[in-house]
Amino acid sequence: MSELALVLLGALLVNNFVLAQFLGLCPFMGITRSYDAALATGLATTFVLTLSAVTSYLFHHAVLVPLGVEYLRIILFIVVIAGIVQLVQYYLRAASPILHQLLGIYLPLITSNCAVLGVALLALDNTFSLAETFVFSLGAAAGFTLVMVLFGAIRETIDHEHVPDAFRGAPLALVTAGLMSLAFMGFGGLA
Amino acid sequence: MTAADFKNAVLANNPAWAQLLGLCPLLAVSNSVVNALGLAAASTLVVIGSNTVISALRGFIPDQARLPSFVLVIATFTTVTTLLLEAFAFDLYLKIALYVQIIVTNCMILGRAEAFASRQPVSRAILDAAGTAVGFAIALIGLGAVREVLGQGTLFENAHLLFGESAASWTIDIGDAGTLPLALYPPGAFLTTGVIMALMTSLKRSTHDRQKMNTRR
Repeated sequence: MSELALVLLGALLVNNFVLAQFLGLCPFMGITRSYDAALATGLATTFVLTLSAVTSYLFHHAVLVPLGVEYLRIILFIVVIAGIVQLVQYYLRAASPILHQLLGIYLPLITSNCAVLGVALLALDNTFSLAETFVFSLGAAAGFTLVMVLFGAIRETIDHEHVPDAFRGAPLALVTAGLMSLAFMGFGGLA
Repeated sequence: MTAADFKNAVLANNPAWAQLLGLCPLLAVSNSVVNALGLAAASTLVVIGSNTVISALRGFIPDQARLPSFVLVIATFTTVTTLLLEAFAFDLYLKIALYVQIIVTNCMILGRAEAFASRQPVSRAILDAAGTAVGFAIALIGLGAVREVLGQGTLFENAHLLFGESAASWTIDIGDAGTLPLALYPPGAFLTTGVIMALMTSLKRSTHDRQKMNTRR
Protein backbone atom coordinates (compact mmCIF):
# COMPACT_ATOMS: atom_id res chain seq x y z
CA MET A 1 0.00 0.00 0.00
CA SER A 2 2.75 2.43 0.93
CA GLU A 3 4.37 1.69 -2.41
CA LEU A 4 1.24 2.85 -4.23
CA ALA A 5 1.18 6.01 -2.11
CA LEU A 6 4.79 6.66 -3.09
CA VAL A 7 3.95 6.25 -6.79
CA LEU A 8 1.02 8.64 -6.39
CA LEU A 9 3.05 11.27 -4.54
CA GLY A 10 5.91 10.97 -7.00
CA ALA A 11 3.72 11.57 -10.02
CA LEU A 12 1.69 14.29 -8.34
CA LEU A 13 4.37 16.51 -6.77
CA VAL A 14 7.95 15.29 -6.99
CA ASN A 15 8.09 14.55 -10.70
CA ASN A 16 5.23 16.84 -11.65
CA PHE A 17 4.50 16.23 -15.29
CA VAL A 18 4.31 19.84 -16.33
CA LEU A 19 6.93 21.48 -14.15
CA ALA A 20 9.57 18.77 -13.90
CA GLN A 21 9.07 16.59 -16.98
CA PHE A 22 7.82 19.16 -19.48
CA LEU A 23 4.82 17.15 -20.61
CA GLY A 24 1.53 18.83 -21.44
CA LEU A 25 3.02 22.28 -21.94
CA CYS A 26 0.75 23.13 -24.88
CA PRO A 27 -2.45 23.28 -22.79
CA PHE A 28 -0.41 24.67 -19.89
CA MET A 29 0.63 27.71 -21.92
CA GLY A 30 -2.39 27.81 -24.20
CA ILE A 31 -5.51 27.33 -22.09
CA THR A 32 -4.56 28.99 -18.81
CA ARG A 33 -5.68 32.51 -19.71
CA SER A 34 -8.60 32.05 -17.34
CA TYR A 35 -9.07 30.04 -14.18
CA ASP A 36 -12.31 28.39 -15.39
CA ALA A 37 -10.88 27.15 -18.66
CA ALA A 38 -7.84 25.79 -16.82
CA LEU A 39 -10.03 23.90 -14.38
CA ALA A 40 -12.25 22.47 -17.13
CA THR A 41 -9.24 21.32 -19.15
CA GLY A 42 -7.67 19.79 -16.07
CA LEU A 43 -10.76 17.77 -15.18
CA ALA A 44 -11.36 16.57 -18.74
CA THR A 45 -7.71 15.59 -19.05
CA THR A 46 -7.76 13.75 -15.72
CA PHE A 47 -10.61 11.56 -16.88
CA VAL A 48 -9.19 10.80 -20.33
CA LEU A 49 -5.63 10.36 -19.10
CA THR A 50 -6.46 7.80 -16.42
CA LEU A 51 -8.79 5.88 -18.69
CA SER A 52 -6.37 5.81 -21.62
CA ALA A 53 -3.34 4.86 -19.51
CA VAL A 54 -5.17 1.84 -18.11
CA THR A 55 -6.62 0.90 -21.52
CA SER A 56 -3.20 1.23 -23.15
CA TYR A 57 -1.73 -0.99 -20.45
CA LEU A 58 -4.38 -3.66 -21.09
CA PHE A 59 -3.97 -3.50 -24.89
CA HIS A 60 -0.20 -3.66 -24.57
CA HIS A 61 -0.28 -6.79 -22.45
CA ALA A 62 -3.20 -8.45 -24.23
CA VAL A 63 -2.28 -7.73 -27.85
CA LEU A 64 1.24 -6.44 -28.43
CA VAL A 65 3.18 -8.70 -26.07
CA PRO A 66 1.59 -12.02 -27.20
CA LEU A 67 2.17 -11.05 -30.84
CA GLY A 68 5.72 -9.89 -30.12
CA VAL A 69 5.19 -6.50 -31.76
CA GLU A 70 5.90 -4.18 -28.84
CA TYR A 71 7.50 -1.70 -31.20
CA LEU A 72 4.05 -0.74 -32.47
CA ARG A 73 3.19 0.77 -29.09
CA ILE A 74 3.25 4.41 -30.23
CA ILE A 75 0.75 3.75 -33.01
CA LEU A 76 -1.50 1.65 -30.76
CA PHE A 77 -1.45 4.14 -27.88
CA ILE A 78 -2.26 7.13 -30.06
CA VAL A 79 -5.20 5.24 -31.56
CA VAL A 80 -6.41 4.25 -28.07
CA ILE A 81 -6.19 7.86 -26.88
CA ALA A 82 -7.96 9.29 -29.94
CA GLY A 83 -10.65 6.62 -29.66
CA ILE A 84 -11.26 7.28 -25.98
CA VAL A 85 -11.49 11.03 -26.56
CA GLN A 86 -14.08 10.39 -29.27
CA LEU A 87 -16.08 8.00 -27.07
CA VAL A 88 -16.05 10.39 -24.14
CA GLN A 89 -17.31 13.10 -26.44
CA TYR A 90 -20.21 10.96 -27.69
CA TYR A 91 -21.05 9.85 -24.18
CA LEU A 92 -21.05 13.36 -22.76
CA ARG A 93 -23.20 14.67 -25.58
CA ALA A 94 -25.82 12.03 -24.85
CA ALA A 95 -25.60 11.83 -21.08
CA SER A 96 -24.83 15.33 -19.93
CA PRO A 97 -25.27 18.13 -22.46
CA ILE A 98 -24.27 20.74 -19.89
CA LEU A 99 -20.94 19.08 -19.18
CA HIS A 100 -20.46 18.59 -22.90
CA GLN A 101 -20.97 22.27 -23.50
CA LEU A 102 -18.49 23.11 -20.75
CA LEU A 103 -15.74 20.71 -21.77
CA GLY A 104 -16.63 20.29 -25.44
CA ILE A 105 -13.96 22.47 -27.00
CA TYR A 106 -11.20 21.19 -24.73
CA LEU A 107 -11.79 17.50 -25.36
CA PRO A 108 -10.38 17.18 -28.89
CA LEU A 109 -7.22 19.00 -27.76
CA ILE A 110 -6.48 16.21 -25.28
CA THR A 111 -5.48 13.91 -28.14
CA SER A 112 -2.50 16.13 -28.87
CA ASN A 113 -1.59 16.55 -25.20
CA CYS A 114 1.76 14.82 -24.92
CA ALA A 115 1.23 14.17 -21.20
CA VAL A 116 -1.47 11.62 -22.04
CA LEU A 117 0.83 9.62 -24.30
CA GLY A 118 3.76 10.29 -21.98
CA VAL A 119 2.03 8.72 -18.98
CA ALA A 120 1.14 5.58 -20.94
CA LEU A 121 4.74 5.24 -22.15
CA LEU A 122 6.31 6.01 -18.78
CA ALA A 123 4.09 3.47 -17.02
CA LEU A 124 5.42 0.94 -19.50
CA ASP A 125 9.07 1.96 -19.01
CA ASN A 126 8.71 1.62 -15.25
CA THR A 127 7.16 -1.86 -15.64
CA PHE A 128 4.26 -0.90 -13.43
CA SER A 129 1.52 -3.37 -12.55
CA LEU A 130 -2.09 -2.55 -13.45
CA ALA A 131 -2.81 -1.06 -10.01
CA GLU A 132 0.39 0.97 -10.12
CA THR A 133 -0.41 2.22 -13.61
CA PHE A 134 -3.83 3.37 -12.41
CA VAL A 135 -2.43 5.18 -9.38
CA PHE A 136 0.46 6.64 -11.39
CA SER A 137 -1.83 8.06 -14.07
CA LEU A 138 -4.23 9.40 -11.44
CA GLY A 139 -1.35 11.15 -9.70
CA ALA A 140 0.00 12.54 -12.96
CA ALA A 141 -3.42 13.86 -13.96
CA ALA A 142 -4.06 15.37 -10.54
CA GLY A 143 -0.66 17.05 -10.69
CA PHE A 144 -1.45 18.40 -14.15
CA THR A 145 -4.80 19.78 -12.95
CA LEU A 146 -3.25 21.30 -9.84
CA VAL A 147 -0.60 23.14 -11.84
CA MET A 148 -3.09 24.23 -14.52
CA VAL A 149 -5.40 25.75 -11.90
CA LEU A 150 -2.59 27.46 -9.99
CA PHE A 151 -1.12 28.85 -13.18
CA GLY A 152 -4.53 29.99 -14.46
CA ALA A 153 -5.13 31.90 -11.25
CA ILE A 154 -1.67 33.50 -11.35
CA ARG A 155 -2.08 34.55 -14.97
CA GLU A 156 -5.44 36.19 -14.35
CA THR A 157 -3.69 38.41 -11.79
CA ILE A 158 -0.58 39.06 -13.86
CA ASP A 159 -2.59 40.28 -16.82
CA HIS A 160 -3.60 43.33 -14.80
CA GLU A 161 -0.10 44.23 -13.63
CA HIS A 162 2.36 46.62 -15.19
CA VAL A 163 5.16 44.53 -16.63
CA PRO A 164 7.98 45.48 -19.04
CA ASP A 165 6.61 45.47 -22.57
CA ALA A 166 9.08 42.89 -23.82
CA PHE A 167 7.92 40.41 -21.18
CA ARG A 168 4.21 40.77 -21.91
CA GLY A 169 2.50 37.49 -22.78
CA ALA A 170 4.49 34.31 -23.35
CA PRO A 171 7.89 35.37 -21.89
CA LEU A 172 6.39 36.32 -18.54
CA ALA A 173 4.30 33.16 -18.52
CA LEU A 174 7.49 31.14 -18.99
CA VAL A 175 9.31 32.99 -16.22
CA THR A 176 6.31 32.44 -13.93
CA ALA A 177 6.32 28.75 -14.78
CA GLY A 178 10.05 28.71 -14.01
CA LEU A 179 9.45 30.10 -10.52
CA MET A 180 6.67 27.56 -9.94
CA SER A 181 8.99 24.82 -11.08
CA LEU A 182 11.61 26.08 -8.63
CA ALA A 183 9.03 25.89 -5.86
CA PHE A 184 8.05 22.35 -6.86
CA MET A 185 11.71 21.28 -6.68
CA GLY A 186 11.23 21.68 -2.94
CA PHE A 187 9.10 18.54 -2.99
CA GLY A 188 12.21 16.61 -4.06
CA GLY A 189 12.89 15.40 -0.54
CA LEU A 190 9.48 13.72 -0.22
CA ALA A 191 10.19 10.59 -2.25
CA MET B 1 8.08 30.80 -54.41
CA THR B 2 9.78 27.68 -53.14
CA ALA B 3 12.65 29.54 -51.49
CA ALA B 4 10.11 31.86 -49.89
CA ASP B 5 8.25 28.85 -48.43
CA PHE B 6 11.46 27.73 -46.80
CA LYS B 7 12.44 31.13 -45.44
CA ASN B 8 8.95 31.82 -44.18
CA ALA B 9 8.84 28.55 -42.29
CA VAL B 10 12.27 29.15 -40.72
CA LEU B 11 12.02 32.80 -39.72
CA ALA B 12 8.65 34.52 -39.73
CA ASN B 13 6.71 31.45 -38.62
CA ASN B 14 9.43 29.79 -36.59
CA PRO B 15 7.46 26.97 -34.98
CA ALA B 16 9.05 27.25 -31.58
CA TRP B 17 9.56 30.98 -31.04
CA ALA B 18 6.77 32.55 -33.04
CA GLN B 19 4.05 29.98 -32.57
CA LEU B 20 5.02 28.33 -29.26
CA LEU B 21 4.55 24.89 -30.79
CA GLY B 22 6.57 21.91 -29.70
CA LEU B 23 7.41 23.54 -26.41
CA CYS B 24 7.60 20.26 -24.47
CA PRO B 25 10.58 18.78 -26.33
CA LEU B 26 12.15 22.24 -26.70
CA LEU B 27 12.36 22.70 -22.95
CA ALA B 28 12.96 19.08 -22.05
CA VAL B 29 15.99 18.15 -24.15
CA SER B 30 17.69 21.54 -24.45
CA ASN B 31 19.95 20.87 -21.44
CA SER B 32 22.85 20.10 -23.77
CA VAL B 33 23.72 20.67 -27.42
CA VAL B 34 24.07 16.98 -28.17
CA ASN B 35 20.65 16.07 -26.75
CA ALA B 36 19.19 18.96 -28.72
CA LEU B 37 20.89 17.81 -31.92
CA GLY B 38 19.58 14.29 -31.45
CA LEU B 39 15.99 15.40 -31.05
CA ALA B 40 16.32 17.93 -33.87
CA ALA B 41 17.49 15.18 -36.21
CA ALA B 42 14.66 12.88 -35.11
CA SER B 43 12.04 15.62 -35.58
CA THR B 44 13.47 16.47 -38.99
CA LEU B 45 13.09 12.90 -40.15
CA VAL B 46 9.50 12.70 -38.90
CA VAL B 47 8.34 16.03 -40.29
CA ILE B 48 9.90 15.57 -43.73
CA GLY B 49 8.75 11.95 -44.03
CA SER B 50 5.20 12.59 -42.90
CA ASN B 51 4.79 15.78 -44.93
CA THR B 52 5.98 13.96 -48.06
CA VAL B 53 3.64 11.02 -47.61
CA ILE B 54 0.66 13.16 -46.65
CA SER B 55 1.19 15.43 -49.63
CA ALA B 56 1.56 12.45 -51.98
CA LEU B 57 -1.64 10.89 -50.62
CA ARG B 58 -3.64 14.12 -50.51
CA GLY B 59 -5.87 12.99 -53.38
CA PHE B 60 -6.72 9.68 -51.71
CA ILE B 61 -7.46 10.66 -48.12
CA PRO B 62 -11.16 11.43 -47.65
CA ASP B 63 -11.78 14.73 -45.97
CA GLN B 64 -13.64 13.29 -42.96
CA ALA B 65 -10.83 10.85 -42.13
CA ARG B 66 -8.18 13.54 -42.60
CA LEU B 67 -6.86 14.06 -39.08
CA PRO B 68 -6.80 10.39 -37.99
CA SER B 69 -4.95 9.52 -41.20
CA PHE B 70 -2.38 12.27 -40.62
CA VAL B 71 -1.85 11.12 -37.05
CA LEU B 72 -1.31 7.54 -38.20
CA VAL B 73 1.25 8.60 -40.81
CA ILE B 74 3.10 10.69 -38.22
CA ALA B 75 2.93 7.84 -35.68
CA THR B 76 4.43 5.49 -38.26
CA PHE B 77 7.36 7.81 -38.94
CA THR B 78 7.86 8.37 -35.22
CA THR B 79 8.07 4.60 -34.71
CA VAL B 80 10.58 4.28 -37.55
CA THR B 81 12.69 7.11 -36.10
CA THR B 82 12.56 5.59 -32.63
CA LEU B 83 13.78 2.25 -33.98
CA LEU B 84 16.54 3.93 -36.02
CA LEU B 85 17.80 5.88 -33.03
CA GLU B 86 17.62 2.78 -30.84
CA ALA B 87 19.71 0.89 -33.38
CA PHE B 88 22.38 3.48 -34.18
CA ALA B 89 22.67 5.78 -31.16
CA PHE B 90 21.47 3.73 -28.22
CA ASP B 91 23.18 5.74 -25.46
CA LEU B 92 21.69 8.96 -26.74
CA TYR B 93 18.34 7.24 -27.17
CA LEU B 94 18.32 6.31 -23.50
CA LYS B 95 18.60 9.99 -22.59
CA ILE B 96 15.88 11.36 -24.83
CA ALA B 97 13.71 8.28 -25.48
CA LEU B 98 10.48 9.62 -24.06
CA TYR B 99 10.69 12.85 -26.00
CA VAL B 100 11.47 11.10 -29.28
CA GLN B 101 8.38 8.96 -28.83
CA ILE B 102 6.11 11.90 -28.10
CA ILE B 103 7.14 13.65 -31.33
CA VAL B 104 3.90 12.11 -32.55
CA THR B 105 1.86 14.52 -30.43
CA ASN B 106 3.92 17.54 -31.45
CA CYS B 107 1.27 19.97 -32.67
CA MET B 108 3.87 21.60 -34.93
CA ILE B 109 4.01 18.53 -37.18
CA LEU B 110 0.26 17.93 -37.31
CA GLY B 111 -0.16 21.65 -37.91
CA ARG B 112 2.09 21.63 -40.97
CA ALA B 113 0.35 18.52 -42.31
CA GLU B 114 -3.06 20.10 -41.94
CA ALA B 115 -2.23 23.63 -43.02
CA PHE B 116 0.25 22.96 -45.79
CA ALA B 117 1.16 19.43 -46.86
CA SER B 118 -2.42 18.27 -47.38
CA ARG B 119 -3.04 21.01 -49.98
CA GLN B 120 0.30 21.41 -51.77
CA PRO B 121 2.36 19.35 -54.24
CA VAL B 122 5.10 17.13 -52.84
CA SER B 123 8.02 19.41 -53.73
CA ARG B 124 6.59 22.37 -51.87
CA ALA B 125 5.54 20.19 -48.95
CA ILE B 126 9.11 18.89 -48.58
CA LEU B 127 10.53 22.41 -48.60
CA ASP B 128 8.01 23.56 -46.05
CA ALA B 129 8.84 20.56 -43.88
CA ALA B 130 12.56 21.27 -44.21
CA GLY B 131 11.97 24.88 -43.24
CA THR B 132 9.90 23.89 -40.22
CA ALA B 133 12.53 21.38 -39.19
CA VAL B 134 15.40 23.87 -39.57
CA GLY B 135 13.46 26.51 -37.65
CA PHE B 136 12.78 24.07 -34.85
CA ALA B 137 16.38 22.84 -34.87
CA ILE B 138 17.74 26.40 -34.64
CA ALA B 139 15.54 27.14 -31.63
CA LEU B 140 16.35 23.80 -29.99
CA ILE B 141 20.12 23.84 -30.55
CA GLY B 142 20.38 27.54 -29.73
CA LEU B 143 18.64 27.03 -26.41
CA GLY B 144 20.73 23.90 -25.81
CA ALA B 145 23.96 25.88 -26.35
CA VAL B 146 22.89 28.70 -24.05
CA ARG B 147 21.86 26.31 -21.28
CA GLU B 148 24.96 24.11 -21.57
CA VAL B 149 27.32 27.11 -21.44
CA LEU B 150 25.43 28.75 -18.59
CA GLY B 151 24.98 25.55 -16.64
CA GLN B 152 28.36 23.82 -16.84
CA GLY B 153 30.59 25.92 -19.07
CA THR B 154 30.97 23.39 -21.88
CA LEU B 155 29.76 22.86 -25.43
CA PHE B 156 29.27 19.57 -27.30
CA GLU B 157 29.80 17.40 -24.26
CA ASN B 158 29.05 13.72 -24.98
CA ALA B 159 29.25 14.34 -28.75
CA HIS B 160 30.40 10.72 -29.14
CA LEU B 161 26.87 9.56 -28.28
CA LEU B 162 25.71 10.90 -31.62
CA PHE B 163 28.76 11.02 -33.90
CA GLY B 164 30.80 8.00 -32.82
CA GLU B 165 33.99 7.64 -30.76
CA SER B 166 36.04 10.07 -32.83
CA ALA B 167 33.82 12.88 -31.62
CA ALA B 168 34.64 12.33 -27.96
CA SER B 169 37.23 15.13 -28.10
CA TRP B 170 34.87 17.71 -29.57
CA THR B 171 33.91 19.05 -26.17
CA ILE B 172 34.75 22.71 -25.86
CA ASP B 173 35.55 23.63 -22.29
CA ILE B 174 34.87 27.25 -21.57
CA GLY B 175 35.69 26.90 -17.90
CA ASP B 176 33.28 26.50 -15.04
CA ALA B 177 33.98 29.80 -13.34
CA GLY B 178 30.72 31.61 -12.67
CA THR B 179 28.44 28.92 -14.04
CA LEU B 180 24.81 28.77 -13.06
CA PRO B 181 23.88 25.10 -12.54
CA LEU B 182 20.23 26.09 -12.26
CA ALA B 183 20.16 26.47 -16.04
CA LEU B 184 20.41 22.69 -16.38
CA TYR B 185 17.45 22.01 -14.08
CA PRO B 186 13.77 22.25 -15.10
CA PRO B 187 13.26 25.77 -13.67
CA GLY B 188 16.28 26.91 -15.67
CA ALA B 189 14.63 25.73 -18.88
CA PHE B 190 11.56 27.89 -18.27
CA LEU B 191 13.54 30.91 -17.08
CA THR B 192 16.13 30.83 -19.90
CA THR B 193 13.47 30.44 -22.56
CA GLY B 194 11.37 33.24 -21.09
CA VAL B 195 14.31 35.65 -20.91
CA ILE B 196 15.53 34.79 -24.43
CA MET B 197 12.02 35.29 -25.77
CA ALA B 198 11.75 38.69 -24.08
CA LEU B 199 15.15 39.68 -25.51
CA MET B 200 14.03 38.71 -29.00
CA THR B 201 10.81 40.66 -28.64
CA SER B 202 12.62 43.81 -27.57
CA LEU B 203 15.22 43.34 -30.33
CA LYS B 204 12.48 42.99 -32.93
CA ARG B 205 10.71 46.01 -31.55
CA SER B 206 13.81 48.24 -31.57
CA THR B 207 14.72 47.37 -35.18
CA HIS B 208 11.10 47.95 -36.09
CA ASP B 209 11.16 51.39 -34.46
CA ARG B 210 14.41 52.27 -36.19
CA GLN B 211 12.97 51.37 -39.59
CA LYS B 212 9.99 53.55 -38.84
CA MET B 213 12.26 56.50 -37.98
CA ASN B 214 14.21 56.07 -41.19
CA THR B 215 11.12 56.05 -43.37
CA ARG B 216 9.87 59.16 -41.60
CA ARG B 217 13.01 61.05 -42.56
